[in-house]
Amino acid sequence: MGIENNVLVSTVDWLINWGRKNSLFPVTFGLACCALEMMVASCAEYDIARFGAEVFRPSPRQSDLMIVAGTLSKKMAPVVRRIYEQMPNPKWVIAYGACASSGGIFRSYSVVQGVDQIIPVDVYIPGCPPRPEALLAGIIELQKKIQKETIKDRPLISLSGKSA
Amino acid sequence: MSDNKEYLDILSGKADGITIVPAPPGEPSAMVDKATIRETLDHCRYDRDLGFNMLVDMFAIDRNDGEERFEIVYILRSQKTNARITVKTRCGDEGIETASDLWPAADFLEREIYDMFGVPFANHPDLRRIYNPDDFEGHPLRKEFPLEGKDFDKRFVVDLEKA
Repeated sequence: MGIENNVLVSTVDWLINWGRKNSLFPVTFGLACCALEMMVASCAEYDIARFGAEVFRPSPRQSDLMIVAGTLSKKMAPVVRRIYEQMPNPKWVIAYGACASSGGIFRSYSVVQGVDQIIPVDVYIPGCPPRPEALLAGIIELQKKIQKETIKDRPLISLSGKSA
Repeated sequence: MSDNKEYLDILSGKADGITIVPAPPGEPSAMVDKATIRETLDHCRYDRDLGFNMLVDMFAIDRNDGEERFEIVYILRSQKTNARITVKTRCGDEGIETASDLWPAADFLEREIYDMFGVPFANHPDLRRIYNPDDFEGHPLRKEFPLEGKDFDKRFVVDLEKA
């Protein structure tokens, strides 16, 4: 039996993941109309703070979660990729809305057909735009996903700049 | 709004090559020869009787009907008399002279026309693409441009040096 099935590791995993999933600080960042629904989700009516994601950090250096909310144009794509690279590990990405997931209605020369072409996506939320409840559901799904992770895949200490 | 017909009449007395195009039920506009457009716009901006000190909008239309296929439209407003006129001209791929020294607002509008139609503006201070990436090929609002664009669904590769 190697270290991978160690009781100590799995207990530490549980504890670390519990901490990570309940303090998902998103980066303040929105591309289009979906961003407005994201803002509504952070207000008192829906209160994203119940899931530990209330602090929209003003810098990618302090963030864990990137909610790509809106249409990603090809001109904007290098900027989004750079923000993602600036976030320290561990980091997660939610593609919020039809445009971020697949390009949506914009079958066009100017729009990236899904943000998963430039950054790895953990949770896709469909809708045009999705309601704030959908974002909360997406965050809960992401929390479930984080709880299943192990520190072997996402180390406790890692240097930023390297893609996950 | 005051009748813009009188201003068009004043304008056609100042410069050559101006045809007044009626547009029922809309406003009439001045169709100007490419050779005299610069002179005409200068009159519009600085003439005491006209004084259209504001460029409200400037855009192009691809008529796709021969050599001079692009229609460049200037919508001008005088903040003194609250009058509005529309000045048009036709040009081809060779483009026309810039109006950005008459109205600074024309700077970005001409860059937009250059980006979307490929019409160059002579003596423009900084003529480069404004909406599309610098290495974009083609001009999207030209009639020969495919609706969705070439290779729009190919995987997009990010060049971080451009960010």
